[in-house]
Amino acid sequence: MAAIKHTLSALVEDKPGVLNRVSSLILRRGFNIMSIAVGRSEIPGLSRMVIVVDGTNTAVDQVRKQLVKIVRVVKVTDISDESIVSRELALIKVKSTPETQSEIIQIATDVFRAHVVDINPESIMVEVSGDDDKVNSLIELFRGFGIIEVARTGLIAITRGTLGPLWRQESEQS
Amino acid sequence: MKMTGAQILCESLVREGVEVVFGFPGGAVLPLYDTLPQYPQLRHILVRHEQGAAHAADGYARVTGKVGVCFATSGPGATNLVTGIANAHLDSIPMVAITGQVARQYIGKDGFQEVDIIGITVPITKHNSMVYKADDLAKAVKEAFHIARTGRPGPVLIDIPKDVFEEQANFNYPAQVNLTGYHPVMEADPLQLEKAAKLINEAKRPVIIAGHGVIISGAYKDLRELAEKSQIPVVNTLLGIGCFPESHVLSFGMLGMHGMAYANMAVDASDLIIAIGMRFDDRATSNVSGFARGAYVIHIDIDPAEIGKNLKVTVPVVGDAQAVLEELNKKVESQSRIDWVQQIEQWRQLYPTTRVRETEDLLPQYVIRQIYEVTEGKATIVTGVGQHQMWSAHHYWYDKPNSFVSSGGLGTMGFELPAAIGAKVGLPDDIVWAICGDGGFQMTIQELGTMVQDNIGVKIAIMNNGYLGMVRQWQELFYKGRYVATPLSNPDFIKVAEAYGIPAVRVESKMEVIPAIKTAIDTPGPFLIDFRIEPEENVYPMVAPGTNIGEIIKDPKCDDIALPGKQRL
Ligand SMILES: Cc1ncc(C[n+]2csc(CCOP(=O)(O)OP(=O)(O)O)c2C)c(N)n1
Repeated sequence: MAAIKHTLSALVEDKPGVLNRVSSLILRRGFNIMSIAVGRSEIPGLSRMVIVVDGTNTAVDQVRKQLVKIVRVVKVTDISDESIVSRELALIKVKSTPETQSEIIQIATDVFRAHVVDINPESIMVEVSGDDDKVNSLIELFRGFGIIEVARTGLIAITRGTLGPLWRQESEQS
Repeated sequence: MKMTGAQILCESLVREGVEVVFGFPGGAVLPLYDTLPQYPQLRHILVRHEQGAAHAADGYARVTGKVGVCFATSGPGATNLVTGIANAHLDSIPMVAITGQVARQYIGKDGFQEVDIIGITVPITKHNSMVYKADDLAKAVKEAFHIARTGRPGPVLIDIPKDVFEEQANFNYPAQVNLTGYHPVMEADPLQLEKAAKLINEAKRPVIIAGHGVIISGAYKDLRELAEKSQIPVVNTLLGIGCFPESHVLSFGMLGMHGMAYANMAVDASDLIIAIGMRFDDRATSNVSGFARGAYVIHIDIDPAEIGKNLKVTVPVVGDAQAVLEELNKKVESQSRIDWVQQIEQWRQLYPTTRVRETEDLLPQYVIRQIYEVTEGKATIVTGVGQHQMWSAHHYWYDKPNSFVSSGGLGTMGFELPAAIGAKVGLPDDIVWAICGDGGFQMTIQELGTMVQDNIGVKIAIMNNGYLGMVRQWQELFYKGRYVATPLSNPDFIKVAEAYGIPAVRVESKMEVIPAIKTAIDTPGPFLIDFRIEPEENVYPMVAPGTNIGEIIKDPKCDDIALPGKQRL
């Protein structure tokens, strides 16, 4: 079975050490974490963690079940096959000269709908959000100008529709 | 009412029904130890090394079904618990480990005896937590015991800073636990049960593989009903020993790397595997892709993550083994599978792997068999890891659960002595034998001191072959007989025992075996026997690692047969 990218959405208790517990479990089961992002959810006391890993369906399902066993983890769903909206935020600082400045701004704003958040005689900082393909393409384009610094949040994602799959009654046995 | 953190902890342990704690003091837990005399209900047993405390708590938990409790100080005390905690984790043993931590103001400063024991034990505990305020202690203890003993049991560690033991707080023991993310599934999905029953009713050559989960959930009666009603042969895993009486006509012993040939052949030839409370460990399945190739698989387990982890399963059933079997039995039809049972019985006659060779040499198999005879099969047998463990599994016959206590998942040498201490403390009226390897014995030899100080009457049988026997066997079979780092130069175990004040005898010939065993049992308190067994005796049958479970290596020496195989009811 081929390894494919999976997006797992987890609701976890807001307690110290949860992130460590989750990441160390994934690591121990031999998975490469491509990204992990965590922040408060809509429920007080619970955070939502979005984890992107690479693996076969069976293996990722095993990781999902192992994650559920962590006492502080409330629910984990593989949302890869759902209709989802996913975003990553990146801040990119790129070298600029008076000659390249307008070109950079144009690429960022017209093509990528990014925002320019800081300008300096020698550099421009751009804020971009989108799926990781989009962020990657912008970074690739900027390489030609010279990238100074990049910071990315990792992917966050939510399913479309009224009810999220985290609240769907699903059999743990499947 | 205001109490100190240490008092709150002790009160909470009393509320949880704790009667005994195995531990070792130190600076960070001194306030706790100072409080212990106020709680005479909590018997504290001082071990000689914290690994011993964890194994003793483990042995105690296995034989009593209660939660085993151990104490250690911060830093080195806590890290010494690690092997014992990992052992309990892999064998699903309910345990609560309490470790002291440096005072709150020193945390994170690499102060004297500080380690991040929470970080260290994340992968080997079911749950762990640090308690930052005395106010939170009672709740943490309540949760720890609940998590340790429910669902798939396991070890829970609570780390408590020294000054939290000293801090004053109100004591309110919570009546209930409320954990958002923790809801073990007990009852099986009716649809899955229906499918399982259908497969069982249609199977021609089904085999039950019974594991530790049957013992943990107390499903013996239900298992027996299923087997008898539907005439299904039962084999067991190493830790499943005793969950189905070995003297039963449908019992075909242990499967796996050192399983009975006929048990492995039955699994290999089956058309349906009913796996109950076992996890298809590689020591049980050998090469998993060659395992029971012609069979459907029903997997019953309380832990959903076990299902499909190692083997593809036809019908998954998540739930407590006892609850599941009770329901399943209502749906399973009575039938006779006489041809299939007789077929395995024939294999059993053909490959009688529980017989003992006739020879004047002092064979370990013979020794174990005599311990069985003298104790009439009523003792609790606690083993280490290695050849003696497998001989104890093969040649003592277990008819009741928890009479065989052994380190399965982690395979921890040195488990035997402290675990036997825990077992004897849990079952003071039973005869408890620690069957030790000469290698493993020396890993926790210092616990002889614990036995003497608390007069814990464990009977010790060292299977002294002068080798790290099981590893030597692998070197003989798979490394062209190069014995690297496996010959042992041992101390005089009799003198060691006597130095501790434990009576001991050496046995070098067959005729001394029975008298020595009888003397050991008749002598009050601990007793040690140093059996000088045949040094290069091997464990057979064997399935070589990586091969299929049906490819059995038989004992090349075993043509002449003296003692008969296991007797049937
Ligand atoms: C702590 C630990 N270290 C190493 C091993 C690897 N090992 C497995 S069996 C064995 C030999 C055990 O020797 P002994 O205790 O003398 O028992 P015997 O096999 O001779 O009965 C070893 C070294 C282990 N299981 N546990």
